[in-house]
Amino acid sequence: MNVPTSYLIGLSGVLFGMGVLGVLVRRNAIVMFMSVELMLNAANLALITFARQWADVEGQIFVFFIIGVAAAEVAVGLALIVAIFKSKHSIDVDQVSGLRG
Amino acid sequence: MTADSLFRLAPLAIALPIAGLLLNLALGRRLGERFAGLVACGAVGLAFLVSVLQALALSGAAEGATVPIAAWIEIGRLQVEWALQIDSLAVTMMLVVTGVGSLIHIYATAYMHDDVRFNEDPGRYTRFFVFFNLFIASMLILVTGDSFLTLFVGWEGVGLCSYLLIGFWYEKGKDGIGNAYAGKKAFITNRVGDAGFLIALFLIFTTFGTLNFHEVFARADEGGAALAGIASAITLCLLIGAAGKSAQIPLYVWLPDAMAGPTPVSALIHAATMVTAGIYMIVRSHALFALAPDISSLVAWVGAATALFAATIAVGQYDIKRVLAYSTISQLGFMVAAAGLGAYAASIFHLVGHAFFKALLFLGAGSIILGIEHAHHHASAAAGGHVAHGAAHRPPFDAQDMRNMGGIAGRMRVTHLVYLIGALSLAGLPPLVGFFSKDEILVDAFHVNFPIYLVLALTALMTAFYTGRQLMMVFYGKARSDPAAQAHESPLLITLPLVALAALTVLGGFINLPGATPVSQQLTSWMAHTIEHLHPVAPSGLVAALATGFTLVGLGAAWLLYGRRPLASGAPDPLRRLLGPVFVGMENKWWVDELYDRLVLRPYARLARFLADTVDQRWWHDGFHERVLLAGYNRLSGWLAWSFDLPVIDGAATALGQATQAGAAGLRRLQSGFVRTYALSILIGAVLMLTYILLR
Repeated sequence: MNVPTSYLIGLSGVLFGMGVLGVLVRRNAIVMFMSVELMLNAANLALITFARQWADVEGQIFVFFIIGVAAAEVAVGLALIVAIFKSKHSIDVDQVSGLRG
Repeated sequence: MTADSLFRLAPLAIALPIAGLLLNLALGRRLGERFAGLVACGAVGLAFLVSVLQALALSGAAEGATVPIAAWIEIGRLQVEWALQIDSLAVTMMLVVTGVGSLIHIYATAYMHDDVRFNEDPGRYTRFFVFFNLFIASMLILVTGDSFLTLFVGWEGVGLCSYLLIGFWYEKGKDGIGNAYAGKKAFITNRVGDAGFLIALFLIFTTFGTLNFHEVFARADEGGAALAGIASAITLCLLIGAAGKSAQIPLYVWLPDAMAGPTPVSALIHAATMVTAGIYMIVRSHALFALAPDISSLVAWVGAATALFAATIAVGQYDIKRVLAYSTISQLGFMVAAAGLGAYAASIFHLVGHAFFKALLFLGAGSIILGIEHAHHHASAAAGGHVAHGAAHRPPFDAQDMRNMGGIAGRMRVTHLVYLIGALSLAGLPPLVGFFSKDEILVDAFHVNFPIYLVLALTALMTAFYTGRQLMMVFYGKARSDPAAQAHESPLLITLPLVALAALTVLGGFINLPGATPVSQQLTSWMAHTIEHLHPVAPSGLVAALATGFTLVGLGAAWLLYGRRPLASGAPDPLRRLLGPVFVGMENKWWVDELYDRLVLRPYARLARFLADTVDQRWWHDGFHERVLLAGYNRLSGWLAWSFDLPVIDGAATALGQATQAGAAGLRRLQSGFVRTYALSILIGAVLMLTYILLR
């Protein structure tokens, strides 16, 4: 089965757009987090697609790193969300604006 | 030894006194009076020996020699070498300076011993001989120098020693500071003369391009009449210099006050040697004076006027040393007059003879003063507190006042005898040296310039009179004070130099006998090696007879007034009755000091005060400094501070800070704290960047 590259890139773009929208419109921190993951994976998909296109393994290796880093990020991000929730009893990001200049 | 190798010893004459003074400076105080005196006398004595060797060498090689010592000044055209010029004139001066100097040094070892005026300051003895040796060295530099500048160095050196030694008892004198003032007066008066001398040096250098004697005189001879104008200017300035150093009108006033110094100083510096430096200088520069006949006759008149004027003052003085001081001025006038008349050999002859008998007279006076002073000291020490109590009411006893003397002849026999010889020589009695030297000057004046002869002859008459007056007042009659009645003869070290000088006074005339015999005119022919155009004047029996007559008249008048009926204690001077106001003038030195005070000192002080108070303080300090400089500076710094620093420099810094603050205040609004806003910004940024990259 040989899916054309354009399809895969299109899917990647759609996924990325959904992620962007999710980050911009949703106020629930968990959902925003998931949207960020969506964008990451859209990028991963694009990288893998082009790696296949050019028969170059570097893109695939890059994706492994991104998945590793994303996992670490999730650990940190979820810990933050838990900490915020503990103090604010909410995970609405608009409530957390203590860094306002 | 050949003459040349003897000439090469000449620098030793200067080096020895310097070595002596350095030795005394280093060790004198530690090793005591005997050592200090021995070193000082030895140094001068050896210098005398060197001078004698020079004379011996010169008798073989009459043209003399120039002994280079060191290159000194080399600035552009000005090339001055320190070299000794050994010729008959220089050697004559060397012999007088070191010969008479040695005798006075020996005298001084005893005179200064245990001096009651030391004020328990034992270092003074050494200091005295350090100054004395320094003087001899300076004087030798003066007379041996081969250029005007070297002469000037010695000239200033002897002036310094004169100042130091006049003020030797600096805590004595009027109001406890009179001696210091006397030293200052001598120094400042000499400075006036030195200014003239310096101007002469500058003129000589600009005219002849050199200061070396040989070259200057050679070029002066070549130049001849073309140089008459500048030569007049130079010689006039030289005359001013000579008038300062040799105490001529109008600058003589310092010499009488210089008697504040110890008596050996008066004898050595202010009678025998230093004051003759001016005459030496004129004689040395005769080639220049030959070009300026007007100035030469001015020199002669200055000398003659000084001789007469000082002689009149000498008649009215009571201080034994002051009489001698005015007599010195008068005799220096004779020498200057002779030099002005072109009778250079006669001038030098009188210089030498005068050095003998005037040193003798001063040292004799010192011996008398010492005798009276010791007697007075003994008396007050014996009386103890009683006298001290009485002294508060009476003026202090003056051991130099001739009115306190009288009858010394019987108590100080040796001093009396030698003083008599010296005084008769001063009066001009044959066959003493004073007769021959004065007679030679009179003969020259008689032939060359008769008015001057009249003035000098009158002076000679007065000289005999005041000399006789002094002899009568000091030695004969009855003692007019207790110390004078108890005076004792001075020790051998004092009387021996006196006897030696008396012998020189008796025999000195034979160095230049008048006439045409093989033994006569020795000094003149000896001088002729150095001074061209010397004209030996035929001796005149008439002049000699007249001079002797004047002397006898003067001495006789003195005997009539002071000898026949000796002055009683406290009685007024018999001349006062005879001359009236004229004697008051003589007594008060014709008020010349007061005149100078009015004419020069006070206007000068007023000028100085005007310059200090008005010009310097009020105008320069208050006006210019305060109002212009200080106020201007204040205004400038005020402007810089308030109008430049504050708005520009400080303003720039403040504006920078305010701009940063304002910028920050605007930018802080971006930091909303809403994560989603940030995300949107990132998105927009990313889109813009992509758009730019794609559309590029």
